[in-house]
Amino acid sequence: MSTPMGFGRMHRKEDARFIRGRGNYVDDVNLPGMLHGAILRSPHAHARIVSVDTSAALAHPKVRAVITGETLAGLNLAWMPTLSADTQAVLATDKVRFQGQEVAFVVAEDRYSARDALELIDVEYEALDSVIDAKKSLDEDAPLIRDDHEGRADNKIFDWEAGDRAATDALFERAEVTVAQDMLYPRVHPAPLETCGAVADFDKVTGKLTVWCPTQAPHAHRTLYALVAGLPEHKIRVISPDIGGGFGNKVGIYPGYVCAIVGSIVTGKPVKWMEDRSENLMSTSFARDYHMRGEVAATRDGKIQAIRVKVLADHGAFNGTAQPTKFPAGFFGVFTGSYDLQAAHCEVTGVYTNKAPGGVAYACSFRITEAVYLVERMIDVLALELGVDAAELRMKNLLRSEQFPYTSPTGWEYDSGDYQKTLQLAMDMAGYDALRREQAEKRERGELMGIGLSFFTEAVGAGPRKHMDILGLGMADGAELRVHPTGKAVLRVSCQSQGQGHETTFAQIVAAELGISPDDVDVVHGDTDQTPFGLGTYGSRSTPVSGAAAAMVSRKVRERARQVASAMLEASPEDLEWTVSESGGSWTVSGTGVGKTIQEIALAAHSNLELPDGVEGHLDATCVYNPPNLTYPFGAYICVVDVDPGTGQVKVRRFIAVDDCGVRINPMIVEGQVHGGLADGVGMALMQLMAFDEDGNHLGASFMDYLLPTAMECPSWELGETVTPSPHHPIGAKGVGESATVGSPPAVVNAVLDALRPYGVRHADMPLTPAAVWRAIQGNPIRTDLAIT
Amino acid sequence: MHDITLYVNGIPREVSVPARRLLSDCLRHDLGLTGTHVGCEHGVCGACTVLLDGEPVRSCLTFAVTVAGREITTVEGLATDGRPSPVQRAFAECHGLQCGFCTPGFLCTTTAFLRENPAPTEEEVLEGISGNLCRCTGYQNIIKSVHRAAELLAEEPT
Repeated sequence: MSTPMGFGRMHRKEDARFIRGRGNYVDDVNLPGMLHGAILRSPHAHARIVSVDTSAALAHPKVRAVITGETLAGLNLAWMPTLSADTQAVLATDKVRFQGQEVAFVVAEDRYSARDALELIDVEYEALDSVIDAKKSLDEDAPLIRDDHEGRADNKIFDWEAGDRAATDALFERAEVTVAQDMLYPRVHPAPLETCGAVADFDKVTGKLTVWCPTQAPHAHRTLYALVAGLPEHKIRVISPDIGGGFGNKVGIYPGYVCAIVGSIVTGKPVKWMEDRSENLMSTSFARDYHMRGEVAATRDGKIQAIRVKVLADHGAFNGTAQPTKFPAGFFGVFTGSYDLQAAHCEVTGVYTNKAPGGVAYACSFRITEAVYLVERMIDVLALELGVDAAELRMKNLLRSEQFPYTSPTGWEYDSGDYQKTLQLAMDMAGYDALRREQAEKRERGELMGIGLSFFTEAVGAGPRKHMDILGLGMADGAELRVHPTGKAVLRVSCQSQGQGHETTFAQIVAAELGISPDDVDVVHGDTDQTPFGLGTYGSRSTPVSGAAAAMVSRKVRERARQVASAMLEASPEDLEWTVSESGGSWTVSGTGVGKTIQEIALAAHSNLELPDGVEGHLDATCVYNPPNLTYPFGAYICVVDVDPGTGQVKVRRFIAVDDCGVRINPMIVEGQVHGGLADGVGMALMQLMAFDEDGNHLGASFMDYLLPTAMECPSWELGETVTPSPHHPIGAKGVGESATVGSPPAVVNAVLDALRPYGVRHADMPLTPAAVWRAIQGNPIRTDLAIT
Repeated sequence: MHDITLYVNGIPREVSVPARRLLSDCLRHDLGLTGTHVGCEHGVCGACTVLLDGEPVRSCLTFAVTVAGREITTVEGLATDGRPSPVQRAFAECHGLQCGFCTPGFLCTTTAFLRENPAPTEEEVLEGISGNLCRCTGYQNIIKSVHRAAELLAEEPT
């Protein structure tokens, strides 16, 4: 594969180190004199702490320090702010509020000794009744979880609504057909293969704190550490090294990070803390846990008029979701999906339960995953009610290309789309009519085959700073571009790759703008001392925001080059035109063919060439990109399953995915992102569940209980594409990192339920494990139990 | 403490370890070979897979003292004279990795698998890599990489 001068397929630059085992992940960081931390966690979901005795642990010969909630309270660090302006205990002082909550931190000479010493800490608990089922969290007699909040009387976090209630209700009253369905998008965990961890190194002499931590948002972490710990921000350096997968699990600040920092300050040595897999699954950011009721009003001939939704959102013990301040339910308000309807209304109530905090994670595009699941399930429920084909119903109601830019009933402005074309392509690729014929024949023979569709629209690339922020920090991203005298470039960006290949695609963006090879562009990221401020990589925002910044800063460089070229060519800048040929980019005197390449200009910009007044020399530039709108990627997915009626086993036979993410920078990487998200969808729909028993014991705290898809569960993905550029993005790209994770679960579930149609099953909640499918076949489709039985 | 010798990537390495020292920790932290990754420490994910006398094993489920005197190959030992092996080249060529964390385990697993079965069928490849988890790629490009590696290996001079 040759290297393109800009966009196109090219091999990834980062792979050279990864295939040799030369990546540098946080647990690979090894500093002289480094100590190791371990966390003692609560065995209870809800209990009052009576006493904590650390004397035996402190007497362990290899233990250097034991930090408790009391220690932290003395430093005013026992609680920290969450990304939703709530507070979260770093180490518990008064109560523990979920199983696995952090209670004490041991610092020892090695990790094994630190873990040994955890056994020597004696904590006396007084067990309390817990709230595990979100539906019972607002009962009169529900135990109060957050009694640390002054004046709080119940477990409600917020009530939030979007849309026009009166108009929606009026349409429902007059509607010819209405359908309603309760559904749960269960709690799942992104489970990146690398767990979370940190190495903290506080230098007492210089007062500088360096934290290595696999964070998706290094700059946000730095600012929060400054605000939480009172350390001066210029004395904090956050280094996010290679990250072994993030998927939203590595956005927030976890208590272990703060403990490692305090451990380093207390001992005067670098301290490493790495969680194990059970700790990761039990205590770090989960996703979903949305109990939803959807209703659709439509005409008898299948025109959808209105959607009404009620949600009960389980946020766990601390409101720790990462989302823009104005949107406590994330962007769930995009629940009208891809359809042309007259009115919509949703209400979301967020509640505390005795479970781990989190909620926005796992490639969810700020809760759009839940919204897409809801609307795409509801379309199938409506199709069943009307007795029409699910594809036909979608085709009839999809927004038409001439309606863009389209303002949704809940106030979102969709930037561009050509939905029918995309759905039609997916149906053509699938051979939709032939599949339906095959299904009919199989049904005659008693075989269960299902065809499921999903059409999704995401809103990503947060976002315009007047609307979107995290804890008051606006969501604009900076970029810096240096061009060395020989024409080689270094781009510095604030976002941070967790496998998305930024070192390659961002180099391609600069390369396309400057007419140089991507091999001549180095991308620096993940180090707050080396990069400009920005909010990080999540919500599919790298390409929409930082990618736009990379293009804009390149254009600034190009303009600076024009000024220098004008001096070199003794021509007016207005008479120069930018051209890119096979040999690269040049400023050329219009109509003459006489010009200078970007490399020649770079050298001249650093030379003794006399430049006109006002032209500085050098080509380096910086910029901050504040997106004018979100971008709206979309896609049409079709899943084909076979179900064994005897065992309930689901086999995904085919999966067709047509994505429209606007302009594709590197199609190979885009396809890889889609593949990964599709596997996520199969996993969530069929396998993955964070289950709890009634006492709040976590039943999915290992990979033997929390089942992730292997190669055996995944079909050979069949991908297609349409390209509808974003009109407001500098290169027309929309972002794709989460599309498949958002779009695929409803396609899989719709396919399974389509297969079960002979049994009259209208809905069953994920994950559709063999047991769940078998129960559905027996006529008991809704899971009411919290545990897997 | 136990003084043992491990033959890692062809080099004898002497190390003093307690009996409970995991091979994964020994390789990563005592010998500085951080290419082997630890994803679950309970033997499910396969990220820590190394070759023990040529056979893939979970280094997180193996005590270092139990493999004293044995040959161990880690991801750092797959290349020859600095040139990536056909398996390594195939993964880069087919975009068979994204975050890179599971990659060393897949590379070791695939190396042993293709030695055993140089021309596998689609089904055999699926089964061959089904003991390793990847959270990024959806496996398709890994499967492609394994087939491509088989082709590259067949082209290698013997």
